[in-house]
Amino acid sequence: MINGSLKTLSEALAKKKISSAELSTLFLDRMARANPALNAFISIDREKTLAQARQADLRIAAGQAAPLEGIPLAHKDIFCTEGWLTTCGSRMLANFVSPYDAHVVSRMKAAGLVTLGKTNMDEFAMGSSNETSFFGPVKNPWDTSRVPGGSSGGAAAAVAARLAPAATGTDTGGSIRQPAALCGLTGLKPTYGVVSRYGMIAFASSLDQGGPMAKSAEDCALLLSAMSGFDARDSTSLDRPPEDYCRELEKPLAGLKIGLPKEFFGEGMAADVRSAVEEALAEYRRAGAVTVEVSLPNSGLSVPAYYVIAPAEASSNLSRFDGVRYGYRAPEYTDLADMYCKSRGQGFGAEVKRRILIGAYVLSHGYYDAYYLQAQKIRRLIANDFALAFRHCDIIMGPTTPSVAFAVGAKSNNPVEMYLSDIYTIAVNLAGLPGMSIPCGFGEGKMPVGLQLIGNYFEEARMLNVAHRYQLATDWHMRMPEETI
Amino acid sequence: MSLSIEQVERLAHLARIEISPAEAELSRDQLNGIFVLIEQLQAVDTRNIEPMAHAVDAVQRLREDVVTETDRREAFQAVAPEVESGLYLVPRVVE
Amino acid sequence: MQWEVVIGLETHAQLQTKSKIFSGASTAFGAEPNAQASAVDIALPGVLPVLNRAAVECAIRLGLAVGGRVAPRSIFARKNYFYPDLPKGYQISQYETPVVAGGSLSIIVGQGQERYEKTVQLTRAHLEEDAGKSLHEDFHGKSGIDLNRAGTPLLEIVTEPDMRSAVEAVAYAKALHALVQWIGICDGNMQEGSFRCDANVSVRHKGSEKLGTRREIKNLNSFRFMQQAIDYEVKWQIATLEDGGRIEQATVLFDPDTGETRSMRSKEDAQDYRYFPDPDLLPLEIGQDWIAKVKADMPELPAEMKLRFETAFGLSAYDAAALTATLATARYYENSVAAAGEENAKLCANWMMGELAARLNREDRDIRDAPLSPAQLGHLVLRIADNTISSKIAKEVFDALWNGEAKDADAVIAAKGLKQISDSGALEALIDEVLAANPKSVEEFRAGKEKAFNALVGQLMKATQGRANPQQVNELLRKKLL
Repeated sequence: MINGSLKTLSEALAKKKISSAELSTLFLDRMARANPALNAFISIDREKTLAQARQADLRIAAGQAAPLEGIPLAHKDIFCTEGWLTTCGSRMLANFVSPYDAHVVSRMKAAGLVTLGKTNMDEFAMGSSNETSFFGPVKNPWDTSRVPGGSSGGAAAAVAARLAPAATGTDTGGSIRQPAALCGLTGLKPTYGVVSRYGMIAFASSLDQGGPMAKSAEDCALLLSAMSGFDARDSTSLDRPPEDYCRELEKPLAGLKIGLPKEFFGEGMAADVRSAVEEALAEYRRAGAVTVEVSLPNSGLSVPAYYVIAPAEASSNLSRFDGVRYGYRAPEYTDLADMYCKSRGQGFGAEVKRRILIGAYVLSHGYYDAYYLQAQKIRRLIANDFALAFRHCDIIMGPTTPSVAFAVGAKSNNPVEMYLSDIYTIAVNLAGLPGMSIPCGFGEGKMPVGLQLIGNYFEEARMLNVAHRYQLATDWHMRMPEETI
Repeated sequence: MSLSIEQVERLAHLARIEISPAEAELSRDQLNGIFVLIEQLQAVDTRNIEPMAHAVDAVQRLREDVVTETDRREAFQAVAPEVESGLYLVPRVVE
Repeated sequence: MQWEVVIGLETHAQLQTKSKIFSGASTAFGAEPNAQASAVDIALPGVLPVLNRAAVECAIRLGLAVGGRVAPRSIFARKNYFYPDLPKGYQISQYETPVVAGGSLSIIVGQGQERYEKTVQLTRAHLEEDAGKSLHEDFHGKSGIDLNRAGTPLLEIVTEPDMRSAVEAVAYAKALHALVQWIGICDGNMQEGSFRCDANVSVRHKGSEKLGTRREIKNLNSFRFMQQAIDYEVKWQIATLEDGGRIEQATVLFDPDTGETRSMRSKEDAQDYRYFPDPDLLPLEIGQDWIAKVKADMPELPAEMKLRFETAFGLSAYDAAALTATLATARYYENSVAAAGEENAKLCANWMMGELAARLNREDRDIRDAPLSPAQLGHLVLRIADNTISSKIAKEVFDALWNGEAKDADAVIAAKGLKQISDSGALEALIDEVLAANPKSVEEFRAGKEKAFNALVGQLMKATQGRANPQQVNELLRKKLL
């Protein structure tokens, strides 16, 4: 059951082999045992979860089950969840009980999913190792001396350790794909605008996108079908007809043209990652796909462009945390200005403060054109590169990360080195394209390696099909870490 | 380009973040490291390139002028640090 | 030394929408504190703005009314600063590409012989959101924040530095105030803050091309204060410069109690607002078809109406301007003409500019509160025109109607027996009586004293309580005296 696909769980629930309350209890018990070591969850509320599960059971009994009725799901603590603590991994919101549900949360509720808890994350989603959380670092279930990746590190660790069947995540520069890769999961970042950002606490508004993290492409397809869709409350939500992302899963791969950006296969990639990725590509060729070399000449600029654009937007997005209407207020201060400075100085962690300062700088008078505007122009060049590449291929593939999961503390004092661990994922956010990471083997220290898939705009269904066919032929995605519980 | 301590302090003030002198020092070094990374952008010729502010090329959707919200003051103020008579309280605002 | 005053105005007009610019909360004035502050307005984590169509339409209306260019594509930007009444820590505004660019407004400055017309050029008009309010009543030494106003749509209308005196600035502000109400985008309620002006004031030597350093007087919420504040500011700046001082760029507030302006913040702590395009809002596109639709729905504009009054009704430019100064005045005039008939339009104008204006002025009433309806006035004018009553008697009828004594002029005339005596037979008989009773006057007139004629007319009017048709009396009396 703990390794079962969503389809399996759904069938078991529908046939009443297990109730949602029992299934939820199974995972809640695992969470209770494993969380002290992994720190994957910030909030666990057994009663609330079971109450929701019992409601699901009533609907199943009444024959009114929604498509994913009764299946437990963990939410990244960036999604506002009514009645739940919603902290965004920050001291700033350590006491914030959300008075409303994010669009994603209400969509998941409507699909029948039961909220299993709120997962740990890098503070305000700023980080690639889950070490910046106010609630402490998350450990990688494959090796607890290593990081799970970030910022959706808690979600990745939870699903990898089978503490949850699936989880929601968000991806601004790789925050779904990178932890999915480092924890051996399947994770998908949709095309910008496919999943509503309403109620998803903003980091960098023009890059943020929510998506599913699960064991398989098939599970991700089911979850994305549930969480996506137009939302009038988000001006950047695209008004498109609803999609069934499972519709193309089984399509054969014969004739598929896979583009391999030469820039992704250069020196930066570790040997173990390279061999796993090459082996995956060989598998695709065996399935009838062809690989072609493509070029993304400006992709090397994606990290610097990102570290202008994302902090700029973040510095402004995080101004609302001022200790006036909610969130942390410093216990002592002399006047209004002092209250702001102390509340924000104490409420935010080091990485968040660093990015706010970068953002304030690149937007400030006299520097805007040289940094912010220039970064936006380079963003255009990066997007143009992809458009050109997609003239020659159906999908782009490469490594998700340059190396397997690194040790806790290895990069936490060197921001630039940390930033470069997202070198392959960031360009996708800048362009607004959909991307995925799927497990494709193991590398150094028996740690998982992720294969990145990048689709053209709105090609999620095709991308999921390409991932699913691979997962029919391989079983990397079914591997789980040895029970640490 | 590299930042001085004064610039770091000015930015921190602009962002309303209190930082100690030791933090300012550390921030300066780390920020300057990051700016070395960012400096790469300066070398790129971007003449005639339209800046890209959004990930998708779409236009603003408009909301009809209808009142849809009800009074949720009680729920919203349940999480507020300090309220009185329905108002959020802050240290005295001086103009 | 001759000084020249240079003034530019920035006006914030609250737009008359039902809901806020970026949320579905009500904009109604006077609710309980924070009862109309939605999740978006208080900037809860995760909430997002969606633009109100009606606010954009208001901007298009203004653009059309001032002959500005409505931008086919405009951008919303964030203006970043910290203030407790600004929940997001930034205001959503427009910066590089406003929704309206250019345009102008014609104004009439001064009165009587000194009166002149002037055109003030507009720089731009842009959409933005209002902030909340800080209440400074005593909350144990703290301030209370009410965010009901946060997110109310504003149109900021900015002029070129075209005005040369406080009087011109006030004339412009009044004209704009009338226009925004005329086109139905703002209720113009200055007490409630629906229409607020900031004045950028500087002085320079006459003939100099270079602008002096300006100080911005914030939040002028009455025309009287605007006049006083600018007058004070100009005097202060000239005195400072003549004493060898320098003007520092600053933001100042006007204190109505002292009649003085005082500095809020100087340039040293000038804000760095870090404007950048709001990533939560996409470019606003306004197509020609939308503009055409708004145009079709627009009321006749004051300038157009003024011209029509001049050509169709033969009014003077001055009268036409005065009668189109506000929509309420123009509506009153048009409705009175409808009752009096177009051939009497000029007489209607005279009565509105004369008796009605004087009465309103004396009682300090707005034309919208006039006890006399436009139909009543028009009807009264009709009775003057058709010789039922004389102009003199008409004033008595006007008073009666003003006091609500009857429903229309005819009723007053009947009740008081004010109908003019125009029957020659009756008049001749009366004249004979008067001549018989005043032989001395008759004699004097025949001796060449024109004055005596007037005395006889007076006697006759007295005998008829003024009801005799004066023209007829003249003719008949002269005939008799020949």
